[in-house]
Amino acid sequence: MNQDQIREEVKDIISTIAPDEDLSVMTNSGIIREEVDLDSMDFLDIIMELRKRHKIEVPETDYKFFATLDGCAEYLEPKMTQIKA
Amino acid sequence: MEQTETYDAIIIGAGMSGFGAGIRLAMYDKKVCILEQHSVWGGLNSFYRQEGRQFDVGLHAMTNFAARGHKRGPLPTILRQLRLKWEDFDLHEQMQSKITFPDKQLRFTNDIEFLTNSVRDQFPDQIDAFIALCEMVRVHDDGQLPSDFVSAKDKVKSIVKSDLLVDMIFCPLMFYGSSTEHDMDWNQFVIMFKSIYFEGFSRPHAGVRKILSLLRHTFVNRGGELKMKSSVQSIVPLPGGGLKVLLESGEELLAKKVLSSAGLPETQKLLGLEVAPSDVGAMSFVETIFCLNKMPRDLDINSSIQFFSHNEKFHYQRSQDLVDYSSGILCCPNNFQDPEALNEGMIRLTHIANPQLWKNLRSKDLGLYNDAKSAMVEKEIAGLKSIVPDFSQNIEYVDTFTPATIERFTRRIDGAVYGSPRKIGDGSTGVKDVYLCGTDQGYLGIVGSLLSGILMANRHALI
Repeated sequence: MNQDQIREEVKDIISTIAPDEDLSVMTNSGIIREEVDLDSMDFLDIIMELRKRHKIEVPETDYKFFATLDGCAEYLEPKMTQIKA
Repeated sequence: MEQTETYDAIIIGAGMSGFGAGIRLAMYDKKVCILEQHSVWGGLNSFYRQEGRQFDVGLHAMTNFAARGHKRGPLPTILRQLRLKWEDFDLHEQMQSKITFPDKQLRFTNDIEFLTNSVRDQFPDQIDAFIALCEMVRVHDDGQLPSDFVSAKDKVKSIVKSDLLVDMIFCPLMFYGSSTEHDMDWNQFVIMFKSIYFEGFSRPHAGVRKILSLLRHTFVNRGGELKMKSSVQSIVPLPGGGLKVLLESGEELLAKKVLSSAGLPETQKLLGLEVAPSDVGAMSFVETIFCLNKMPRDLDINSSIQFFSHNEKFHYQRSQDLVDYSSGILCCPNNFQDPEALNEGMIRLTHIANPQLWKNLRSKDLGLYNDAKSAMVEKEIAGLKSIVPDFSQNIEYVDTFTPATIERFTRRIDGAVYGSPRKIGDGSTGVKDVYLCGTDQGYLGIVGSLLSGILMANRHALI
C-alpha cells in the first residue's frame, strides 16, 4: 500500500468503528479526533483493527503518530509496503 | 480423552458484562469462552417463562437513555464498542415516573427540566439548591472510581436543606443501584444520578430478552464460545503463568486470563481466598409480578416507574423481617412510549427483603416458604392502597421471586443484586491475570454492566 491507500484504509477502519460519523470532512493534515468525534476507546480500536486486518503491532508509545491521516500514512508505510490494497 | 486447549480468556458468567467483555475479545480474534452455570443466559438481568407467560428478572428498565444520534455517554459508547446500531436495542422511552412520599410527590421524565420543575413546585425554597446539586453532578468526573468512600448524603445535605427532598432524591438512586446501606459513595451517586435523572429510562419492546439475544448472537457470530450449564468450581493460578479453571463437571480448562462477573466475594471463593463478611452485599429484594386483565393505564395507573416510601424518612437497609413494606418500586412495562402494545397488563412490584430469613425458610420447609410468598402478596396489595388505584380485582396471574430464588439462579451470595459494598474500579482481584467485571467492578444497570465488561476486556485482556 502507498500512503494514499493507507489513508483510505484508515478511513475505512474509522467508518466501521464510527459508522454514524461523516468522514467526508476529514483532511489529510487535520487532527482526526477534532474532525471526527472519536474518544480514546474508539482510538484504541483503530490500532486493534490494524492488528486484526494486517497483523501490524503498534506499541503504545507510537500512538502519537496517529493524530492525523498523514501521520498514520507516514508511520504505517514502511510496515505496509508488502500489503496489497 | 478431551484435549485441553488454552483460551486467551475465559469469562465467568453470561450476563451483560460477560457478553460485553466477550464480544470485545471475540471481535479481535481472541480465543474466548464464556462459562455460565445456569441453563439461561443473562445473570442478574435474565428472563424465564412460566405457564405460557414471559417474564423478565432484574432491572425494570434500562437507565442511561440516549436518543438516536447522540454520541456521548455510556449508551453511545457501548454501541460503538460492540459495533451495534442504536436501532438494534429497540428502545422506547419512559412516559413519566414518580417518587411518592407521604405528603410530597416528585415526577420525572428523561428531560431533567421536568424534574427541576417538579422540585420547584413541591419544594420552592429548595429549587436553587437542587439546581446547584445538578450542576455539581454535571461537572463531576465519574470516569475514575476512587478507592475511598465519600459520603454522598453529606455532600447533598451540604446543599439541599430539606431532609425530605434529600431522601426523595436518593430513593430511586439507591433502589436502582446501591450496594451500601443508608448512604452511597459520592462517585456512585453521580453515576446513578446521571443515568436516571439526566439520561433516564427506556425499555425494548421485548424486554431484556431482546438485548440478551442480540448480545449472544453477536458474541457467537464473532467466534466466541458459550458454554451453558458449566459451573466453575475453582480457579487455580499455574506456576508457569496462566490459569486452570476447574468445572464442577470435572472438566479442566486453561486460560491466559480470567474475567469473572461472579462478584467479588464469589470470585474470591473460586480462588480459594478468604471472604471478608463485610464484602458480602446486604441488599436484596423480593419481586412480585402481577399480570392483569386490563392495561394499567385503563386502571389509571399511569407512571412508568413509581418509587415510594410510606414514611417521610426513607430507610434503605437490609430488612429486619422477611419483607420491608415501608418502601418499594412499582414498574409498569406497559407504560413506555412503545407504539406496539404488550400482550397484557403487567405490574412489577419490588421491596427490600431479608435474604437470610427467606433462605432459612426455603431450606426448612418449602410449604412454609410458599405460604410466606402468598402472605406477602396479600400484604403488598394492601400496602399499595395509598400509592395506586386498586387493581386487586384485575389480577390474572401472580409470580414471585425472593433473595433465595436470586441466589439459586445467579449464585450471588444472599441474592445481593448490587453486589459487594466494596467496588474494585480496576477489576483487580489480587491474583495475577484474574480480574472482575460487572457489578463489583463498579458500574451498575444493564448499560453500566456492559460498559464494565468492555472496559475490563480492553484494559486487561485485549492488548
